[in-house]
Amino acid sequence: MRRREVGISLYLLMTPLVLWLTLLIILPHVAMFVVSLRERVGVGTYAFGLSNYLTFFQEPLYWNTFLRTAIMSVLATVLTFLIGFPVAWYIAKIARGRLGQALFLACLIPFWVSELVRTYGWMILLRESGVFSSLLQFLGLADGPVELLYNDAAIMVGLVYTSMLFMVVPLVTTLESLDDSLVEAAYDMGASSWAVLREIILPHAKPGIVSGAIVVFMLSLGNYLTPILLGGKSSLWFTGLIYDQFITRFNWEQGSAFGFLLLALSSAIVWAGLRLSGQSLRDTMART
Amino acid sequence: MTPAGALPLRPGHMSERLVSREEVPVSNVSVPDLECREVTRIFGEFRAVDGVSFTVEPGSFFSILGPSGCGKTTLLRMIAGFLEPTSGKIAIKGRDMTGVPPNRRPVSMVFQHLALFPMMDVGRNVGFGLRQQGVPRAEIDRRVADALARVGLPGIERRRIEELSGGQRQRVAIARAMVLEPDLLLLDEPLGALDLKLREHMKVELKKLQEGFGTTFVYITHDQSEAMVMSDKVAVMNNGRFEQVGRPQDLYYRPATAFVAGFVGDANRFVGKVVTTDGKGIVARTDDGLEVRAVAAADALAPGTRVEIFVRPEAVRMARAAAGSDATAAEANHAIGTVQDVLFNGANSRVLVRLEQAGQRGGREMDVAIPQTGEYADLSRGERLSLAWAAEAARAYPARADGPSEEAGA
Amino acid sequence: MTRISRRLFACLAASLMAGALPSLASADTLRLLTWGGYAPEDVVADFEKETGITVEVTLSNNEEMIAKLRATGGGGFDLAQPSQDRITGAQAEFGIYKPLDLSRIDASLFIPSMLEATKKNTTLNGEVYGVPHVWGTSGLVVNKAKAPDVKDYLDLCDPKYKGRVSYRLKRPTLIAFAFAMGEDPFAAYGDPDAYQAILDKVEQKLIECKPNVKTYWSGGDEILNLLRSGEVWAAMAWDTGGWKLNAENPDITFVAPKSGALGWIDTFALPKRGRNDDAAYKWINFVMRPEIAARITAAAGNFTASKGGDANVDPALKARFNESFPPEAIDNIRWYPPVPAGLEAMEGAVLDRVKAAE
Ligand SMILES: Nc1ncnc2c1ncn2[C@@H]1O[C@H](COP(=O)(O)OP(=O)(O)OP(=O)(O)O)[C@@H](O)[C@H]1O
Ligand SMILES: [Mg+2]
Repeated sequence: MRRREVGISLYLLMTPLVLWLTLLIILPHVAMFVVSLRERVGVGTYAFGLSNYLTFFQEPLYWNTFLRTAIMSVLATVLTFLIGFPVAWYIAKIARGRLGQALFLACLIPFWVSELVRTYGWMILLRESGVFSSLLQFLGLADGPVELLYNDAAIMVGLVYTSMLFMVVPLVTTLESLDDSLVEAAYDMGASSWAVLREIILPHAKPGIVSGAIVVFMLSLGNYLTPILLGGKSSLWFTGLIYDQFITRFNWEQGSAFGFLLLALSSAIVWAGLRLSGQSLRDTMART
Repeated sequence: MTPAGALPLRPGHMSERLVSREEVPVSNVSVPDLECREVTRIFGEFRAVDGVSFTVEPGSFFSILGPSGCGKTTLLRMIAGFLEPTSGKIAIKGRDMTGVPPNRRPVSMVFQHLALFPMMDVGRNVGFGLRQQGVPRAEIDRRVADALARVGLPGIERRRIEELSGGQRQRVAIARAMVLEPDLLLLDEPLGALDLKLREHMKVELKKLQEGFGTTFVYITHDQSEAMVMSDKVAVMNNGRFEQVGRPQDLYYRPATAFVAGFVGDANRFVGKVVTTDGKGIVARTDDGLEVRAVAAADALAPGTRVEIFVRPEAVRMARAAAGSDATAAEANHAIGTVQDVLFNGANSRVLVRLEQAGQRGGREMDVAIPQTGEYADLSRGERLSLAWAAEAARAYPARADGPSEEAGA
Repeated sequence: MTRISRRLFACLAASLMAGALPSLASADTLRLLTWGGYAPEDVVADFEKETGITVEVTLSNNEEMIAKLRATGGGGFDLAQPSQDRITGAQAEFGIYKPLDLSRIDASLFIPSMLEATKKNTTLNGEVYGVPHVWGTSGLVVNKAKAPDVKDYLDLCDPKYKGRVSYRLKRPTLIAFAFAMGEDPFAAYGDPDAYQAILDKVEQKLIECKPNVKTYWSGGDEILNLLRSGEVWAAMAWDTGGWKLNAENPDITFVAPKSGALGWIDTFALPKRGRNDDAAYKWINFVMRPEIAARITAAAGNFTASKGGDANVDPALKARFNESFPPEAIDNIRWYPPVPAGLEAMEGAVLDRVKAAE
């Protein structure tokens, strides 16, 4: 009797999760996959085929856009790490207590406003008639208005800004778990600061780095607004292609295929990254 | 100690030694490995280490013993270079260490929780310091193997740290520090994390290792038995100050302060007031009405001074009162009591005796060592015993303002 | 029945009724899928007062409208307002609309020529799917002080204006440049090969023109800001945007290009699975009344197909319109014909290539 009650309550607890997984994650993907295998033959008529996937590989434009998106995302991930690591170190090891919490909250600031507002904020700062341009002129560093917007660097700024939290949180968690005496021991044995970083701190923080990097990479890859609004006139982003296929071209079939390719290729990149860093996904999930 | 050819190749390290050789006079035998002069460290308002001075002779095993929070780790961290003293000087091998960072000091440290690197195997852990010095690979391998052999763990280079037992980790940590051939090895309660049995074993091991390597050890602990068993010299630390520095025997038989007397070894403690004096000898009345003859441990004590008197359990002689024997008659102090409890512990067996002379407060207990003659093997609760101890065995100290209230033993 | 179970039952009944209330109310709700400014709050309030029907407004644009209705199979809304050229293609391909019952629409409220033209363009298999509401054009918005010579789309490519030009990377731009290059893309709608040939030429031109472009704008506010701040001197944009800026800065205004402004008409169309056609027809007949139409013109900045609707319009807006559109320019407006299904895919490939070009 008792056991049966436990069983029922467990099922009751699991039901929302299972429903959520099936209805919101699995079913849409299955549906999307089915759509991606349709080819438009004529008005309102479709046949089964792989041409939507072939298009991706045959048209260098799509290929290049994906490559560009992936490379920029990797770059954004690296930059986020380079900036986020000292911040995380400061929060975890130096500014304990109040200041640490305050800094942590500061990483949350980007999320107090919607992505659109955030992006518009950057546009106001970076545009030719914007704050930074005026500041540069005021300081005498520039003769005339400077356009800082509409280029890849602006995209990078936007991506890094949005992603910072997702890098800093796992890093702080792993760095907090680093026993200070390990660092001191290494230092005591004659290691330079660089050697301590390379041999002790980075290996210890690896699970945090990897999980932070995965999240930031996927977020950047899947970002839509930042590259569109901050990017230059040649700046294509893969999610933009997907949006165009779905919304402006009414080509759901092609859009679904692109969506699936994005999923598959980005998973492949993450997998390759894990292999390169000698990390397994389970390790990463368990340790952070 | 070590032949010059085996010196670590760390450039700074080499020149340090050379400089120290040149600086000292020809009779350099007397240069201490470590010298602290009036070292003080203040955190905010709090004096964690307060005017500590001492020297450590080459090749000796020096312990710093003190209760938790007394400033031991702080002192050690200053010696290692992780903290700068607020004032005072630290010199290693005669060289002033002010402003020298930890990675340029000729000391190695074994941390309280060992701080072995979990991301490396045993071999890489032990070889870490040598790699930092840029020692050639083959030589690293050789010296690592050698160090591991000397701590009794040959051939475990490829094992992971998690796979080791507590005692093995302990020894790996020591090998890791010793492979650098430091002038000075600092150990911060390295046995603290081990279970009792292993701790007992490692005490002996550690002493042997120290003798084997011939390196100077500065060892901190709050466990007096560790300090007593291993050390050539022990400093007793309390509230940031050194109370006494001396051989274990000095501390035990001639404690310089009430704190040392209470902290090192067991003792029965009486608190009272001096009634009469006779040079060093005094007669005191304790707060619970006992009259005790004792000797002043340091300066003479005037009548009326509040004192703490310590009597070691093994300094008390006992006899069965019923036997009416006179075995205790010759001593200066007498007492009659009943056995409250027998604490049997082989050679260290004790008996708790409740004294009859004790006044209104229901009597106090005394902790007495049972002579190992077999005569008292059948001692049982309720038996009456007559106790006696010499005046010289009762050491009197001026009472500490913040001393603990009266109780038996430490 | 015990007391407790009776109370429980009462609670249950109450909550059921409460749950039922919104659905009752929704029977008298009009779910409107439209553009910004087409359903001003005061007009909605008056409509609710007069008919008791609540209006839920969802703002959108042509492409999203079609995507939304396609996703739901024509459900979720009771009335939509796609442009007249985007109805038959989407209907043929996705079947998201239902035919209008013209007898329920008061034809006397409409400008007859515009009503007829729209009916013709939105007829599929003999059924009419749309009637006109708001119309306007896209052309050039020019800062005359800085770019006085911009008279036609191709002038945007004048090296003088390097980095000071903006337009969208969308199909209207392709059409506009095609006209400016002397082609007639509308005539080629039915002939994919001919249309592709035109697109190829336009692609070439747009790639050449790329150094002049500051950025391809994507939102109405974005291009207004760029023009207002002087970062952009000339752009292809909607007439209303130009007039709005003109009110702030007389140097900037809308210019009907020499090769013709592109005319669009937004319509009323019934989504296939709309639930409240009554309310939809009532709304159409309500907003086409001249006095209401004038209020919508004030809100949206564009004129309507309401007969006499321009009578009550702000004279300043009329003046701007007349300045931008001399009579011959009105005759020169190129009205979009219905877009055949599948054209967007061809255009999309061109747009992608232009964007990717260095
Ligand atoms: N960084 C610091 N800031 C402030 N106070 C400190 C700091 N480090 C140590 N203290 C204080 O100094 C005193 C001595 O600390 P220390 O760590 O040296 O004690 P310890 O003798 O090693 O104790 P234990 O045996 O428990 O390890 C403690 O009261 C501690 O709170
Ligand atoms: Mg300590």
